[in-house]
Amino acid sequence: MTKHAPNIDHPTLKIVKEQFPDRTLRATEYRGQSTLIVEPKDLHEIMRFLRDDPRCNYDFLSDVIGLDYLNYPSQTIGRFAVIYNLCSYPRTDRIFVKTFLNPSIPTDGIEKDSALELDSMCDIWPGAEWTEREVYDMFGIRFRNHPDLRRILMWEAYPAHPLRKDYPLRGRGERENFRVISRTDG
Amino acid sequence: MPYTLKPGSGFDTEIERVDYLKDHVDTGDRWTLNFGPQHPATHTTLRLVLELDGERIARCTPHIGYLHSGFEKLGEHLDYNQYVTIVSRMNYLSPIANDICWHHAVETLFNIDITPRCKVIRTIMAEVARIQDHLLNVGAAALDLGAFTGFLYAFNVREKIYDICDYIAGQRYHPDWTRVGGAMKDLPDDSVFRAMIRDLIDKQTPQAIKDLENLVLRNKIFQDRTVGIGTMTAAECVEWSISGPLARASGVKRDLRKDEPYLCYAPNWNGQGAEPVEFSVPVHSDGDVYARFQVRIEEMKQACHIIRQLIDDKVWNTIEGTPIDTFADGKWVKPKKNEVYGSIEGLIQHFELIMTNRGWKAPIAEGYGANETANGELGYFIVADGGPRPWRVKTRPPSFINYQVMAKQLEGHMLADAVAVLGSLNIVAAELDR
Repeated sequence: MTKHAPNIDHPTLKIVKEQFPDRTLRATEYRGQSTLIVEPKDLHEIMRFLRDDPRCNYDFLSDVIGLDYLNYPSQTIGRFAVIYNLCSYPRTDRIFVKTFLNPSIPTDGIEKDSALELDSMCDIWPGAEWTEREVYDMFGIRFRNHPDLRRILMWEAYPAHPLRKDYPLRGRGERENFRVISRTDG
Repeated sequence: MPYTLKPGSGFDTEIERVDYLKDHVDTGDRWTLNFGPQHPATHTTLRLVLELDGERIARCTPHIGYLHSGFEKLGEHLDYNQYVTIVSRMNYLSPIANDICWHHAVETLFNIDITPRCKVIRTIMAEVARIQDHLLNVGAAALDLGAFTGFLYAFNVREKIYDICDYIAGQRYHPDWTRVGGAMKDLPDDSVFRAMIRDLIDKQTPQAIKDLENLVLRNKIFQDRTVGIGTMTAAECVEWSISGPLARASGVKRDLRKDEPYLCYAPNWNGQGAEPVEFSVPVHSDGDVYARFQVRIEEMKQACHIIRQLIDDKVWNTIEGTPIDTFADGKWVKPKKNEVYGSIEGLIQHFELIMTNRGWKAPIAEGYGANETANGELGYFIVADGGPRPWRVKTRPPSFINYQVMAKQLEGHMLADAVAVLGSLNIVAAELDR
């Protein structure tokens, strides 16, 4: 495998850099797919700019992706990442916006962690509603100002966020410990 | 909440009730109806809690997750070839389209340019999968609205498509046919394959489309049930992340085959200046349930048109007898069986990929690959950690994202329209819940 050097020449990156000169912005690229890395506090403002600025015009939020980098072989800025997959229909362009978060409490439960919070994109793209709920359900990252932040695939009382890397593949015995209701109990 | 956890097991036994009716104003006229999870019209397991005002839907709350089986968690523990068996179980109406999309994403990550023969056969199978999916969707929607016959005509043709999958892969329902840089095996016989495809696109599918048009689309009862129901505008589709035939039925001109071309939809796909396949993208302006079926019917005709170009002698003569697997970098693709048994290099390469402590040495990188499947943009975001298995696989499931608008489309409609709208969204619960 040849080493791939990132080629950071996506035109949107330059526009964002000009617009937000005093923010910490990073960028990376892999095989033509550019990623803009922003600080969690700047995320909402930059995303609104990316949609509203006529030079960017990213009108379609394709997906919201949660990621856990626990023990990842390469150095990362934070443990968790949330990636927004943005498309521009008028310009036929795609860019990924990524932000990193670090937990402040142990990550094996479902307690609320104030460090794992981001602003919801639902006021910019209503279609972020369920994809953000899925990130919350699977990784425990909560979204501020989300209209309906409930778990979506697992039930509310499920005692873990299952796609975190410290959650084992076979679970922690949840299935085995369900109370069996026999016919006579009913 | 019917389930409680065993006391003393160490888990939280206090289960809060999901407060899904928190805005409920009890005027005495409104009542709540539970639709699903086991209902014939949901086809699989979906549940809607409908708040009704007489027979009119005042509010609708979808509950999903009944079929959640941890596909994405499994993807972190299976290698790049093994996971194809899981993705093909996501959208089981057109499984081979998922296989093709998954390996398209893997090959984007690994930077493998597959052979022209592989591209042609994958494109043909992707279009066959589109026909397969749309046939079931249009037929089953008619079935839900009370027209049984159209469903049977459509299903009859799907049987021929199963035969084709069976012929190329040995499995009729879940072919699991693609592999990194190629396919499980080459076609047993090119001429038989082409004859089967010709029969499908020249005889079976056009006849089924004609039957469906006559029996279903031009049926007054069907029109009365679907015209003006569940309408969405183009702007709503874009802001709610809707893709595929749903968006195109509302007038959004977007098709990944044109906008981010791949396989034979891309120019110069064979490296010798081949033209991309010629087709048009059907777009409708009404945005209602009826328009979605019209777009799907039209897409089936275009799919036949695409296949007809690729099955033609002009294209086929250039790829006949060429390899289906990529051997550009021998470390990436499994060797052919006769090389495994007949040469020491083939044997080494085979075991380098098969043994659990070896396998792919993927780049430490993140890549996204998306295809336009029958339901919309199906994409896989793969994070690779340098080892044989992906670090994280995120599916962009079109069913999941399209299903968000169900509640929005239903408000103010009659209860019976719920089935019509659900049928037009083409929700596949295995993909919805993964």
